[in-house]
Amino acid sequence: MEYKLNFDSFREGLKEGRLLGLKCKKCTGYNAPPRKVCSNCGSEDMDVVTLSGKGTIQTFTVIYVAPEGFESPFVVAMVELEEGPWLMGNIEGIDPVKVNMDIIGRQVAIGYKDVPADMISAGERIALNFRLID
Amino acid sequence: MREVYIAGVGMTKFGRLERGQLELFGEAAMDAINESNLKPKDIQALFLGNSVSDLDEGQTVLASHAASEIGLDHVMATRTEGACASSSIAIIIAFVMVGSGFFDIVLAGGCERNTASPTALATRIMNTGPHHRYESPTGITFPGMFAMMAHMYAKKYGVSLERLKEWMAMVAIKNHKNGAKNPKAQFQKVITMDDVFSSIMVASPLQLYDCCPISDGAAAVVVASGNVAKKLTNKPVQIIGVGQASSGGLSTQRDYTLPVARVHSSRQAYKMAGLKPEDIDVVELHDCFTIAEIVATDTLGFTEPGRGGIAVEKGETEIGGRIPVNPSGGLKAKGHPVGATGAAQVYEIVNQLRGKCGERQVEGAKVGMTDTLGGPFASIGNIILKRGW
Repeated sequence: MEYKLNFDSFREGLKEGRLLGLKCKKCTGYNAPPRKVCSNCGSEDMDVVTLSGKGTIQTFTVIYVAPEGFESPFVVAMVELEEGPWLMGNIEGIDPVKVNMDIIGRQVAIGYKDVPADMISAGERIALNFRLID
Repeated sequence: MREVYIAGVGMTKFGRLERGQLELFGEAAMDAINESNLKPKDIQALFLGNSVSDLDEGQTVLASHAASEIGLDHVMATRTEGACASSSIAIIIAFVMVGSGFFDIVLAGGCERNTASPTALATRIMNTGPHHRYESPTGITFPGMFAMMAHMYAKKYGVSLERLKEWMAMVAIKNHKNGAKNPKAQFQKVITMDDVFSSIMVASPLQLYDCCPISDGAAAVVVASGNVAKKLTNKPVQIIGVGQASSGGLSTQRDYTLPVARVHSSRQAYKMAGLKPEDIDVVELHDCFTIAEIVATDTLGFTEPGRGGIAVEKGETEIGGRIPVNPSGGLKAKGHPVGATGAAQVYEIVNQLRGKCGERQVEGAKVGMTDTLGGPFASIGNIILKRGW
């Protein structure tokens, strides 16, 4: 059986301003990004839903030694969505060198940016990004 | 399951070696075969751990090439890949193959030549470990994943970042002190707190001396049934417990200060061995970054969660301490050729149990354990070994 929500649909959702996820019919838990079965109970029986697109920063780092194709410094963070799942993304709109542990717990809205393809990326990429809203 | 033993081990020096990984593996493999008093014709299968030979040296079909280099054209040769855990996986498969009775003598090990790529490219290649759709495009690096864990750890356990960074520096100092006693280590020099805190920032809060180096190297072990191993050596080392478990992207794991794959894997290994953490005399665990050692001691049960740093501060993880951690110098000082690391950990534990480690010997060690973590805390292997004589 095909994925209820796959990467292409997830990306299309972001381009239309919606963060899509999956709500499990069996345990009522939420899943994002897309996956085949519920991370909580293993059920395939999930509905595609639009998530709030808001969450709270759980941790972060400022990358100074970057992979080829990326310009440092930049911030990577993990955010817990209001619905529960965690997402990895970049924090935009702040000076990376001034970020410290006080940013943990701050509220963000979730968007995305295009990331250019490289030799091993299997085409165009997207990265989620987080904008402080509190 | 039959009893399974290690008859012999081999390992190259680790470092920036300027040699291809097929040659490196050939050297380690023949050392293991010779130490086992065997010839290549006696080997019945090869499992070779390797992470990125295709990307860093342009070599695929690696296991077959490696087999051919040492005269194993007659065997099944299989590459196993789980990033840094690749060769632990190889040894675990060898254990299952010999334990099941399918083979009697199997060669397992790993190799890697991570210095073949400049740092930015090597960092991109390692950036393939996190989820390629949902995580890698953020530019997350391996140091970055552990850096996020350090911030999470400080917050969760209510420790100031300053105190945590001191504990992390103590891990680096201890492992360099041990590495200085290991002639095969990449770094054989002691370092100071000042060296750690004056080094460049890699991914906050991790500075250069919080990170293991980029390395080349290989290691190999001969895995054999009890009947065979006891004829080959008077000091066979028994594999009494193995565990291996998996996770997906970091975001799927949520709080990863007690990585779920390591919880599953270590429980499997302890259960099979019928042992508890306090029964282990010496451990080689995955200190790719200083915070990684603290988290590993917490998760493997050597310390209460949140107490791994205090154990380092009190000297409990030193050689001669309550639970010696990484007497080889660990990944931090010995070096970390990704695919070779798990086999190199087993190499160290086998030599510790045989009492062959000289200045870094853990006196009287009878039971040892390895712990290898690959990718975004996604592939974890644990092996428990004991003296078989």
